[in-house]
Amino acid sequence: MGLLAQVIICGCPRCMEKGSELIRNEFIKQIKKLQLEDEIKVIMSGSLGLCDRGPIVIMYPETTFYVNVNVSDVEEICMEHLLKGNIIERLAIVNFTEEEDIKIKKFKEMNFYVKQERIALRNCGIINPFDINEYIAKDGFFALTKILTEMTPMQVVEEISKSGLRGRGGGGFLTGLKWSLAAKNSSDQKFVICNADEGDPGAFMDRAVLEGDPYSIIEAMAIAGYAIGSSQGYIYVRAEYPLAVERINFAIQEAYKNGVLGSNIFKTDFSFFLETRLGAGAFVCGEETALIASIEGERGMPRNKPPFPAVSGLWKKPTIINNVETLANIPVIINRGAEWFTKIGTEASKGTKVFALGGKIANTGLLEIPMGTTLRDVIYGIGGGIPNGKKFKAVQTGGPSGGCLTANDLDTPIDYDNLIALGSMMGSGGMIVMDEDNCMVDVARFFLEFTVEESCGKCTPCREGTKRMLEILQKITKGEGCLEDLDELEELAYSIKDSALCGLGQTAPNPVLSTLKNFYNEYYSHVVDKKCPAGVCRDLIKYVITDACIGCGKCKRNCPVDAISGNTRQKHIIDQNLCIRCGACKMACSFHAIITE
Amino acid sequence: MKYFSEENMILINDLKKIKEDTIKKMSMSEVEEGFRIVVGMATCGITAGAKPVYESLLTLINKLELNNVSVVQVGCIGECALEPIVEVYDAQQNRTTYCKVKENDAERIINHHILAKEVVEDLLISKHRI
Repeated sequence: MGLLAQVIICGCPRCMEKGSELIRNEFIKQIKKLQLEDEIKVIMSGSLGLCDRGPIVIMYPETTFYVNVNVSDVEEICMEHLLKGNIIERLAIVNFTEEEDIKIKKFKEMNFYVKQERIALRNCGIINPFDINEYIAKDGFFALTKILTEMTPMQVVEEISKSGLRGRGGGGFLTGLKWSLAAKNSSDQKFVICNADEGDPGAFMDRAVLEGDPYSIIEAMAIAGYAIGSSQGYIYVRAEYPLAVERINFAIQEAYKNGVLGSNIFKTDFSFFLETRLGAGAFVCGEETALIASIEGERGMPRNKPPFPAVSGLWKKPTIINNVETLANIPVIINRGAEWFTKIGTEASKGTKVFALGGKIANTGLLEIPMGTTLRDVIYGIGGGIPNGKKFKAVQTGGPSGGCLTANDLDTPIDYDNLIALGSMMGSGGMIVMDEDNCMVDVARFFLEFTVEESCGKCTPCREGTKRMLEILQKITKGEGCLEDLDELEELAYSIKDSALCGLGQTAPNPVLSTLKNFYNEYYSHVVDKKCPAGVCRDLIKYVITDACIGCGKCKRNCPVDAISGNTRQKHIIDQNLCIRCGACKMACSFHAIITE
Repeated sequence: MKYFSEENMILINDLKKIKEDTIKKMSMSEVEEGFRIVVGMATCGITAGAKPVYESLLTLINKLELNNVSVVQVGCIGECALEPIVEVYDAQQNRTTYCKVKENDAERIINHHILAKEVVEDLLISKHRI
């Protein structure tokens, strides 16, 4: 039997104080007693609002709000509500204020049973990636035969244009438009490139497709070749994905053997050849002009656009470059029609998007959701919320080119344009969830460190500018920053945005700008109060032993610099001059007696 | 690259037949009490230890001469935190998902699920996923 109900318990600090943790444990115990643990899930969520009347418990799917719940009420809720479906009037919220009414309505609209919709990942985890026949069993190569026998190249381009598919690699350029530009340019040879140089920290959806469903990429590239009039394709994949390389190479060989690649595919006039090219893992090679340079054997550096690759790309020939996930959508669009595809998603962003959900979230992993799903559904629905009863702080999308979305943005439908409006971007789909223990200045520093490391050095704004920005951030995290630094940081960020050569440089300041905008108070605490509110920045925190210490001596034994002293069974003390703030004592303490200040 | 020979070449008219045949083969519907066991073996699964699980499943199937069971490796299902994942499909395509499977759990899956037709409760995904 599937999931029938969910019990959601508020895990905000105020409700925790009033015992929501105990209530959760009691629910788990009672539900186990009723042997309903497979049908009813107990979830501790972030703040549910209304916490003046906490602890709050919400029963899904009916959305009954119980307030001021006590541990002793849990058994009654289980017996009456869960078993018999009777609402317990005594606890249910009845007289609520206008403000509370709005909050409750919001909860009713949000659907905890969010359905994933799998298009790009349709075969991943279902078929054997080594067996071409299993791909055929899932309608593989039917799209290719359909276009070869029933459609002209122009019709294929039109179908993709009509579907409204946009590039899944980050920019969100219309795939159909890209194809039609390349198709219009006449040339003796054109090229189709699959961009599998997935470099965003925390993103791995392209790897999943290449490893789980390699034939779909082969088919899609052949379709693209037919549409724009090309007979040669390249898959540019990073060497750090050895398994993906192995599987795609095996699949290419199988495809040649079975005549779905090569000359006269399916005994038609159409020929298509495919090879892999390995990238050495430079982040900038995901930028299309740098990628082309890398395939040509040059150093992977971007160049000015225009001319766009659709006009003059690989070896100066018209070239289209599509991301793995974009291509994975193509065969399905051909098979099921553009009209079907346009029914999924939002007005300007059609279809689905794969996200790699990571960070402080209960269920990490890959998920594919229709465009327009809200962040709340992703994080609290599919993601299962923030573990350990911590409070949600932000979610980072778009990797080093993106920005942070805050709790205020939770109900925004996810699509290309909404994310850009919020100062972030879709990116390739990494989604890193952060809770109250993450320092946003440190997060910005992390991403900038990545950009500085990966900057190719061709243009000055990116090479020098990001380095200067990083220096300022390092100064701030060390507690040596001043308010002027924040202004300078912002000024530098905008000039890099305006003047960098390629997309990577232009978006590199985004993590700083969006944290500055959304978490200015954290920057302020760092530079003015010389404090790191989240307790992350080493130079701004100190470890202190509280009265909860029983004097067991465990911290003393674990301290690598002998900074802790104290007699057995007496409260210990940390010598702040010796302490290197490694946190080993806090980890070792069994009594939560060591805190950061 | 010229790998293909004429006789291997798939023709448009062949596709439907290949599809039907493979669906039959995959669903194990033509054997009595057929099962298809898939092991998630993308990078995430292998890192979590799916390879020994896959190998011991294969060894057991061969040892017990279970001709009604096929074991295949597949890509990433998406539940990366719960790898290694083993899914058992019966001939009616009912799917049972086991997660955090260890090498010595392979024997339990074969003995309980395949032979005794009992679900291995403690490995069920519903016990682990929030």
